[in-house]
Amino acid sequence: MAERRVLWLGLALLVLCGAFLAWQLRAPMGFILGLRAAKLGALVCVGAATGAATVLFQTVAGNRLLTPGLVGFDALFVLMQTLLVLLLGGVGAASLPAGPRFLMEVAALGVASVALFGLLLRRDARDITRMILTGIILGVLLRGLSSMVQRLMDPSDFAVVQQAMFASFGRVDPQQLAFSAVVLLAAMAVALRMAPALDVAGLGRDTARGLGLNHDRVVMTALLLMAAMVSVSTALVGPITFLGLLTASLARQVTGSHRHAVLLPAAAILGALILVAGQFLFERLLGSQSALAVIVEFFGGLVFLFLVLKRRRR
Amino acid sequence: MIEISSLSYHAGPTPILHDISTRIECGGITALIGPNGAGKSTLLHCISGLEKPSSGSVRINGIDPFSVPHRQRAKTVALLQQSPALVSRLRVRELVSFGRWPHHQGRPCRADEEAVDRALVAFALTELSDRTIDTLSGGQRQRAFIAMTYAQDTPWMLLDEPLNALDPRHARDLMARLHGLSRDGARSIVIVLHDINAAAGWADHIVAMKDGRIMAQDASASVLTEETLRDVFDTPFELLQHKGRPVVVAR
Repeated sequence: MAERRVLWLGLALLVLCGAFLAWQLRAPMGFILGLRAAKLGALVCVGAATGAATVLFQTVAGNRLLTPGLVGFDALFVLMQTLLVLLLGGVGAASLPAGPRFLMEVAALGVASVALFGLLLRRDARDITRMILTGIILGVLLRGLSSMVQRLMDPSDFAVVQQAMFASFGRVDPQQLAFSAVVLLAAMAVALRMAPALDVAGLGRDTARGLGLNHDRVVMTALLLMAAMVSVSTALVGPITFLGLLTASLARQVTGSHRHAVLLPAAAILGALILVAGQFLFERLLGSQSALAVIVEFFGGLVFLFLVLKRRRR
Repeated sequence: MIEISSLSYHAGPTPILHDISTRIECGGITALIGPNGAGKSTLLHCISGLEKPSSGSVRINGIDPFSVPHRQRAKTVALLQQSPALVSRLRVRELVSFGRWPHHQGRPCRADEEAVDRALVAFALTELSDRTIDTLSGGQRQRAFIAMTYAQDTPWMLLDEPLNALDPRHARDLMARLHGLSRDGARSIVIVLHDINAAAGWADHIVAMKDGRIMAQDASASVLTEETLRDVFDTPFELLQHKGRPVVVAR
């Protein structure tokens, strides 16, 4: 039942991707197709990474309102990028080979996030309000630190940071895209393998441990996977705060399930679907270029408000 | 057998349990009674390996719950907690199935399904099995979580206030069910009760706690005296006999 809905979602995504590539295709076809394919790849990667990462984070946090973006996960990534440039210099950072550099970033982000959010989750997991507030303030702090470091920098180094942070869907490096796709697929495979354990972890720390789940290890693994996914998405296009929330709650609505074997792929497909559909709508049909992120944030924000208000009414 | 030796537990600087040493024999129902804040829940958490004691040791059927693999611990002891977190969109049957996790680790087989069916029948949940947890009443939800604990199929079941939110019929059914389970010696049950008469009616042994210490521990009839109850609860009780069973009334 829920599996079939995921299949339909996947089918819809395939059709949409086909339309995105083929719509009003003119000569020079090869060139335009190449451009479109790169953009489509980025949209799909970012959407899928954001969706799956949010489901993972909501499970380990035991909270349906939190997203990695909301608690400053991508701010952490930006801070690391900035520190990297500060330490190695703009040329040094830019001349690092893309593959090892990306792996290094993911590893460092993973360690930092496990340290930071592992602590946050363990201490405040019961007090949801406090956790949201702590997370948001943490995000502000990390962003503040980044911008402070950026002010200390050489302007040419700053340009390198800026390029790393604010790459848009329009300018995607194919090599980086390929690497992101590989990392994303690997993270997704691991997440799906541990889907039943994630289901148990979703029952809450005490119940899960009572059932003999090594809860802390599952949480740490999930945080690491999420770090990899967030790095993929942030490295490709920069932070999108509310997309994850929109995607994760839609995935729960559409599948009507709590099982991660269904939720993770559903959220990934929906994330990609939203971004591709939005981009298609704005770029091809309305002829507008940059409104997508704004619109996604707008609807995501509405969903956030709706969830908060609904929770209070209960 | 549960063996506890000189166990202490501190929550931060606050001492909760003081140097507790005791043994709980296999088989039968052992009721933990005592006023709020006596440390009953904490003791259950320590026995089931969820809270590490500050000092002292716990052995349950000869194993140390803190050093054996998590899975082995979860096959030895199951704990019903007081207010477990709720998951939306989770159906009763799915919740009860989680009780089988220590046995199948994500790959349930026929035997697991049958165990879930038995648990649903045992706690009168068959008709509710497709309802989601968040649409249930408090008592129905409580029964679903008890069924999950039961499905875990462990020699030791620890239940923290399972009668919470249960109506008289389901409370009686539950106590009768637990009593039946504990007769053949395959299951031993430790249960926190606030209803002293439930303890008087169904428990084989009673452990009375107060301020993190064990005040009395013996066969039910020996613990249930007016003096002991007064000392434990700081309130006067009257002990009556009704059809050969002790009935406790607060004065």
